[in-house]
Amino acid sequence: MPALCLYFQVHQPLRLKKYRMFDIGHDHQYFNDSSDSNRNNLKILSKVAAKSYLPTNAILAKILKNYPQFKVSFSFSGVFLEQLETHLPHVLESFQSLVNTGRVEILSETYYHSLSFLYSPEEFASQIKLHQAKVKKLFRAHPQVFRNTELIYNNDLAKYVESLGFKGILAEGVDHILGWRSPNFVYQPHGTKAIKLLLKNYRLSDDIAFRFSSHDWPEYPLTAPKFASWINGVNGSGEVVNLFMDYETFGEHQWADTGIFDFLASFPGQILKHPDNSFVTPSEAIDTYPIRDTLDIPNFISWADVERDLSAWLGNPMQHDALHHLYSLESQVLRTKDYSLIDDWRKLQISDHFYYMCTKWFSDGDVHKYFNPHDTPYEAFISFMNALQDLKLRISQSTSSNITI
Amino acid sequence: MLGWELPPHNSGGLGTACLGLSRALTRQGQQILFVLPHKLPVSDTPFPVLFADDQTLSDTPLSPYLIASSGGGFASLIAQVLAYAQNAKTLAKKLQFDLIHAHDWLCIPAGLAIKDATGKPLIIHVHATEFDRTGGDNINPAVFHIEREGFNKADLVITVSSRTKDILVSKYGITPDKIKVVHNGIDAGDYPKVAGPITFLHSVKAAGFKIVLFVGRLTLQKGPDYFIKAAHKVLQHFNRVYFVLAGSGEMEHQVIDLVAKLGISDHVLFPGFLRGEQLTQLYKSADLFILPSVSEPFGLVPLESVINGTPVLISKQSGVSEVLSHALKVDFWDTDEMANQILAVLNYSSLPQTLITESSQEVQKLSWSSAADKVTNVYNQL
Repeated sequence: MPALCLYFQVHQPLRLKKYRMFDIGHDHQYFNDSSDSNRNNLKILSKVAAKSYLPTNAILAKILKNYPQFKVSFSFSGVFLEQLETHLPHVLESFQSLVNTGRVEILSETYYHSLSFLYSPEEFASQIKLHQAKVKKLFRAHPQVFRNTELIYNNDLAKYVESLGFKGILAEGVDHILGWRSPNFVYQPHGTKAIKLLLKNYRLSDDIAFRFSSHDWPEYPLTAPKFASWINGVNGSGEVVNLFMDYETFGEHQWADTGIFDFLASFPGQILKHPDNSFVTPSEAIDTYPIRDTLDIPNFISWADVERDLSAWLGNPMQHDALHHLYSLESQVLRTKDYSLIDDWRKLQISDHFYYMCTKWFSDGDVHKYFNPHDTPYEAFISFMNALQDLKLRISQSTSSNITI
Repeated sequence: MLGWELPPHNSGGLGTACLGLSRALTRQGQQILFVLPHKLPVSDTPFPVLFADDQTLSDTPLSPYLIASSGGGFASLIAQVLAYAQNAKTLAKKLQFDLIHAHDWLCIPAGLAIKDATGKPLIIHVHATEFDRTGGDNINPAVFHIEREGFNKADLVITVSSRTKDILVSKYGITPDKIKVVHNGIDAGDYPKVAGPITFLHSVKAAGFKIVLFVGRLTLQKGPDYFIKAAHKVLQHFNRVYFVLAGSGEMEHQVIDLVAKLGISDHVLFPGFLRGEQLTQLYKSADLFILPSVSEPFGLVPLESVINGTPVLISKQSGVSEVLSHALKVDFWDTDEMANQILAVLNYSSLPQTLITESSQEVQKLSWSSAADKVTNVYNQL
């Protein structure tokens, strides 16, 4: 004790190109920017694959080979897998060979990395099914544990996910929810029968994901032995430490020259030096450890920003407006039965589009600005709304042509 | 402090900026002696205002925005500038002060004359260069030389934006270390809360039309022609909108001709130069304010618009775009993108709503008092 449960999120959105009012009705390709801008999806995917996915996969492959006790889990968005299939099959193969070791678990999520649960449980369930089909096809895996986009979570979500047959779900270990309780135990969501809840230990996770290279941090530099000593310190006061983070932490958010790769390579060995420590996948954690308490989380939480709520996607009138308009098209879009139309509507659901419209802290030049391929939240909104107008036009054309038939 | 004009007898932003800055500096304990070239009634100021020439001028003082291409007035402007230098030197000998702070080229000869006579350090505060005023074409060599001599001889130079600093480095060959950037500020309290009615606008708004506003001199520098070209593109997609240009200037006829040629006269209004309550009303009536400047050292009008509750679209070639994040931004020449963004404001109401909420909060931080803090830091470096 304790066991360490690692989960890495792997997602790349389909960023909208600059889509102008004049393009409405003429151009139906919303995601095909091929310029040198950061809206060029293939450019970003290739860059991150080279800087992060491939080198990190190589390190994990070595760790899996050297330490039979090592285990890890991934959640891949469907739109990420789709981009690899189309453009970078060798990167997909490198993930597949990790999964083939049998010690890598894949989690379930919405195919389009969407906020659909907030607007349409039916759409949410459809996207989970699409994701399961993709994961089955590419990895021959059947996920048992669900994690929602950006760890967005509340009681209702847990109940709904349980009804879809999952045995576990992940969430952020938010302080104001936990109070005196520790994130290092397995919990039961309020109002559910059997589904179990794993909570991210955000302090330890963020020590790696955010603070690793921060010279202002008193613990800098973070070494593997130091980190292992903190894990050992949990001994007796927790059963499973959940380290959840973006996979791009390795090599993209923390660049190679910060020493993040050396840290990752030596960290499992340091953890396993202590005979009581072990690695588990989310499913194993759920099967192994008993429920220690029930957690009542009526309001939505997430892993984003210091607020850890929905304000990164639903913090201003533009974001509400854009999401409302998008989901109001649901029945009309689905009625067309036009695959490419439905697919585009769903690609417009990718949560990143709304994150880019976030005005919170924008003038302070923080993380939202850093990750925004659009110059401003306002331009992100304008391209989105224009593309949505085009989609609406396509729906009405498709519907009227159906009627004439 | 050597200035050229102060409200209410100001023809533009220079007088407003001098008043805002001097008042904030006074509030922070600096003792300002503000010198103007000629005797004029000025609004109530918390600092003493002195006149280099005690005689009341028979004519009104000339606008600091006269440029060589505007013709005959320019020679008399130069004469006034040189007379100011002589008179200011005489006045300065009777005064006690620690440093000289001179605003723009009009006050540079006066600043240099006083520095020569007293040996006190000189700071030149640049609100606009000859390259901005002329849009880069046909710069007046006499003005350029006065500016360059001043920047070279000054102990320190303050510019109102990084963009102006870059011009001083690239066009005047001034070393970057000598130039400090202090962005202008704005104090909401200076603007009337109550607006006078403009009857025509009421009926237009009541009929469901939108209003897109330009406020500024109709000169090359301010880009009114780009505003009109964008308006033309907008009108092909959105008809229930009026474009209003408040201001006058040498390009007026050219702009009116362009409007006629594009066939959009029934959607463009020229109310002329407005101030006070009428201008406030215009700001408040508008759905979007546009600053399409070709070259704008700072650009205070968008901040006035935000204070009056109207969101703004500003040219990337403006100093104000360095400090205002919650604005739409375009290159002045990209009228396609300008039209795209205008259309988005007209079509998607949550866009202007978010813009004005965020920019109203942001503009509160852009006060004259924070500009005065930075100026005090510059004083302390001497």
